Amino acid sequence: MADKIPVTVLTGYLGAGKTTLLNRILTEPHGQRFAVIVNEFGEVGIDNDLVVGADEEVFEMNNGCICCTVRGDLIRILDGLMKRKGKFDAIIVETTGLADPAPVAQTFFMDQDVSDKTKLDAVVTVADAKWLTDRLKDAPEAKNQIAFADVIILNKIDLVSPEELAEVEGRIRAINPYAMIHKTERASVDISQVLGRNAFDLERVLELEPAFLEDDGHHHHHHDHDHDHACGPDCDHDHHHHHGGLKHYHDEDMQSVALTIDGEVDPDKFLPWVNDLVQREGPNILRSKGILAFRDEPRRFVFQGVHMILDGDLQREWKPGEERRSKIVFIGRNLDKEAIREGFLACTA
Amino acid sequence: MAAPTISSLTDHVADLAAGAHVTALAWLGGTTAFALADGAALLVAGDDQKRVAAHPDGAALVATSDGRRLVTGGDDGRIVAVAGDGTVEEIGDEKGRWIDAIVAGRDGTLAWSAGKRVTARDGKGRLRHFEAPSTAQGLAFAPKGYRLAIAHYNAVSLWFPNTDAEPEKLEWKGSHLGVTWSPDARFVVTSMQENALHGWRLSDRRDMRMTGYPAKTRSFSWSHDGNWLATSGADAIIVWPFDKDGPMGRAPRECGVRHAKVSRVAFHPGALVVAAGYEDGCILLIRLTDATELLVRRASVEAQEDAAVTALAWDAKGKRLAFGTAAGAAGILTLP
Repeated sequence: MADKIPVTVLTGYLGAGKTTLLNRILTEPHGQRFAVIVNEFGEVGIDNDLVVGADEEVFEMNNGCICCTVRGDLIRILDGLMKRKGKFDAIIVETTGLADPAPVAQTFFMDQDVSDKTKLDAVVTVADAKWLTDRLKDAPEAKNQIAFADVIILNKIDLVSPEELAEVEGRIRAINPYAMIHKTERASVDISQVLGRNAFDLERVLELEPAFLEDDGHHHHHHDHDHDHACGPDCDHDHHHHHGGLKHYHDEDMQSVALTIDGEVDPDKFLPWVNDLVQREGPNILRSKGILAFRDEPRRFVFQGVHMILDGDLQREWKPGEERRSKIVFIGRNLDKEAIREGFLACTA
Repeated sequence: MAAPTISSLTDHVADLAAGAHVTALAWLGGTTAFALADGAALLVAGDDQKRVAAHPDGAALVATSDGRRLVTGGDDGRIVAVAGDGTVEEIGDEKGRWIDAIVAGRDGTLAWSAGKRVTARDGKGRLRHFEAPSTAQGLAFAPKGYRLAIAHYNAVSLWFPNTDAEPEKLEWKGSHLGVTWSPDARFVVTSMQENALHGWRLSDRRDMRMTGYPAKTRSFSWSHDGNWLATSGADAIIVWPFDKDGPMGRAPRECGVRHAKVSRVAFHPGALVVAAGYEDGCILLIRLTDATELLVRRASVEAQEDAAVTALAWDAKGKRLAFGTAAGAAGILTLP
């Protein structure tokens, strides 16, 4: 079987530097050939042979799932591109500044033809260091794009002071503690940090630790603590507050909820609970991930999801000496953290 | 009932190398014309093979034929007609926009769509345009008269290109992909994003929902008598009865059940025999009356995702069946 073609989704509010990043990716001497799907033929040209214009048509699926929307134009274009396989190694989809990334991502799970031949690699969001803080206040689209991201390119850092930079980074972390953040000028980033991320690959969901903790070398911080309760990155633990001077912000309507059970869960309780949760709260849950230790199961159960769509499977075995702990993360809007915590703890085996 | 025995016609197939994904194929008299995703049209007549550049540096995304010419729509936005002798004529240009659908009607009529913009071209070359509410993914001419069914999001629009009247709308929620009009003009049927067919009986606008497909239906074919509609998208050909009052409340026939999905179907032009191409490259002929199966082409030995049969068509007399695959293999069966 041939490998599936990886697709990188490039989002970002107007003027953040998406096209600059795109052209940087395309022109670096990496030897890869790309097919690029763009939604706005902007004034800046795209430096690539294969550029396809799309219409950003969002279609609802008639499957009783109210937030199951897909991008009809993307399904059609990917089908057309697959007839020319061999002409490119990877696909980049650039969305409009106002686009919701969810229908794009959901297309890769809802459409069989698309998922048979391509795989979503990562959602990369370009953010303007100078204006993001404002946009998070007045543009729900900008907040969605940050919440959804696997990789965030915090661009134009040369235009802000260190204090402003710390503030905007704190604002991002209040919404999405899990994305990798790269601070750049003119979108100058090592493209290996943008492409080939496998962010939606269950086998690659290795750890669910806030990225900023890893950045600061606090990789195994939790091993130093006795955890006898579920806790999240924005809980009251002191270790969450002072990382490289990063301020702790709370976003009014978009948060992440991370919960840990230091042990096993009962799959007969957990699976119905998580399914029910995403059915009810799906419109508010943008992204979800989890690694779980099921009772009497030697393998790790890993899931990830977008709104109401959950993709989960048993993966590799727990390694000898590896702690069998169960951790889940939700990023979403107006999440009832207490209810989620209670529901999850009730799944303890 | 005796189990159907498989006999083989594989010795009667002449293999061809198309060299690129076969988008569609058509019979132009004695010439087989293949539309290819490398932008070429391959014309095969006996031992003669000719390759003409229909979309240089591009790809033929969709194609149709009126029996005289193969008409392709490309990712270069061009509509190109290729005659059996290799003559190429450009007959439309959507300025670089991908052509999403194309269909030939009677009397030299033609229609295509690029995004929402639908163009109808009559036999004299006069163009009329219609802006669909969303991308027009499927087109089908009515069997009589100059009327076009346009499949788009949430509805099918029935448009008379020669009038200024607002098209009539057959509404049903969801994304309609392909569309076909029954030969007796009584029914319009679409394939949908949700792996289902939707149909309307035009006399009373009754809806028909035909569900249960594991994949999207990409290929429709009507039997010569118009009583049956064969469809792809399942591990068998699903054949719906359209005689009497249509398929409402009736079960479809399922024939050619295999462990691979049907990707193309083509009814014989004069008998109740349907050809089925599968995703693994296998091709069978199946007689509807007794489910007898004849093997035309074996499945690819290795599980290969490009093995799928992507084009399948009988010649006008039903003596020969041509096929093409995603990997660029092709061939012609001549019935003994």
